[in-house]
Amino acid sequence: MQRRQFIQMLGAGAAATTLVGCGSAPINAKGAKVIVVGGGYGGATAAKYVRKFSNYTADVTLIEPNQNFISCPLSNLVIGGSKTIEDITVSYDGLRKNHGVNLVKDSVVSVDVAKRQVKLAGGASLFYDRLIVSPGIDLNYESLPGMKSQAAQDAVLHAWKAGPQTVSLRKQLESMKDGGTFAISIPLAPYRCPPGPYERACQVADYFQKSKPKSKILILDANDDVTSKPGLFKLAWSRRYAGMVEYRPKHNLTDVDVKGKKLKFEFNDDIKADVLNVLPPMRAGGIAVKTGLANMNGRWCEVDFLTFESKVAPNVHVLGDSIQIAPGMPKSGHMANQHGKTCAAAIVAILSGNEVSQLPVYNNTCYSFVSATEVVHVASVHVYDAAKRTMVTVPGSGGVSPAANPLEGEYANAWARNIWADMLV
Amino acid sequence: MSHSIIRKSSWMMAGLLVSLLCSTGIASAQSLQVKQWAASCSACHGTDGYSEGGMASLAGQKKADLIEKMNDYKSGKRVASIMHQLSKGYSAEQIEQIAEYFASLPHEKPVATKTK
Repeated sequence: MQRRQFIQMLGAGAAATTLVGCGSAPINAKGAKVIVVGGGYGGATAAKYVRKFSNYTADVTLIEPNQNFISCPLSNLVIGGSKTIEDITVSYDGLRKNHGVNLVKDSVVSVDVAKRQVKLAGGASLFYDRLIVSPGIDLNYESLPGMKSQAAQDAVLHAWKAGPQTVSLRKQLESMKDGGTFAISIPLAPYRCPPGPYERACQVADYFQKSKPKSKILILDANDDVTSKPGLFKLAWSRRYAGMVEYRPKHNLTDVDVKGKKLKFEFNDDIKADVLNVLPPMRAGGIAVKTGLANMNGRWCEVDFLTFESKVAPNVHVLGDSIQIAPGMPKSGHMANQHGKTCAAAIVAILSGNEVSQLPVYNNTCYSFVSATEVVHVASVHVYDAAKRTMVTVPGSGGVSPAANPLEGEYANAWARNIWADMLV
Repeated sequence: MSHSIIRKSSWMMAGLLVSLLCSTGIASAQSLQVKQWAASCSACHGTDGYSEGGMASLAGQKKADLIEKMNDYKSGKRVASIMHQLSKGYSAEQIEQIAEYFASLPHEKPVATKTK
């Protein structure tokens, strides 16, 4: 068939759909350029799904400095010692080979919203019709004078971006003597992965119980209480790890004495420990702050939840942990995956001249390992509330596990295999 | 007479095209919405419901079976670790449309075709 003939037939079909049809105009975003900045749970998903939802017509480029994706979810198991960093690493190649996404190993230094161009650290400038920014979080040490130097940050780790620091924190724990103390400091919410710090305490406890049983764990939380699955985590600490884990709320960190291995607090006594793990306050990833996309207190990016378009920059969409969250919406990898698909569907609708869905629905599932094999979950479902113009949780939906159990341990591993493939394969 | 035959055949042609376009996946905006709903399941159940293992595959299952399972999770008739909580977040219309989407796909994952 001649190309022109086929286009004419498509035209006839499109006209007919209004009378007989299966909806509105066929999807075609040929010629449209979509650039995605950041290949985490949000960005990688968005890159794949813009290709997929556009029937492989939109041109998609993913800009990501790392060679491979390394998952934050499950990275606490590397710290606990039951998984290796290789177990949680996936290549970006599937996006190119299976979905025709252009991969650019670089990072973005600036965005020109008027000209619709991004400038790369390598020097090139790329044009976009739609830009998706999914830069994750930045760790903000401004409130902690002792942590400002690179040397301090190399000594007292966050390990809150899976990668070299995950492996280094594991090594610090391996080097610690039996009878030593591990102290983890948690910032005020919102921060990336609400249950993550408590899961980490469980993973370190699982390791200590097996290999260093005289050791202690101190959880020093700036919040008034455990911010996710409180009952289930407290039960793990009081029963499974009795005498080993101590939870102390309302501990707002003000500084770190790196050499003296001491944590300093607003109202509480200093605490000395052998291995310090400081999670400082967090904000949207660097490029979002630098470009002004982080319009909420210079910290998080406000978006329209139907499209994830920024409230301050037209044609620029922001996903994942960087956004100003809706009530009940955690900063999680699963949630970023759902943002990515909702954003992809909206962008494809816009680029193909169709109406954006007013009824997005998405869910969240966060599994936390309380030991190497037993897991607890929290789940929720979110829909758009047109009157409030935000996402709200569906009343009666969602909930937590009744108790830690090994079946959900298997599901958590299956979740990881499926979501990594959903993003990257 | 001949004129009306031509007209009739062109309508048939248009109808055929519509069903062709609908069935071959040249998506409309309406189906884009359904695809977003269905994709919310894919985080655990695999892209287009083709599981990578450890979770149920949804692709190619019967529409009525999928609807029944979701309703049984909602009512508590069917026991689950998590689906009794997630099913309650989806409306009857969403469940019906999502089930129709997964039922329309082949049971076996199609071999990857050239996409670029």
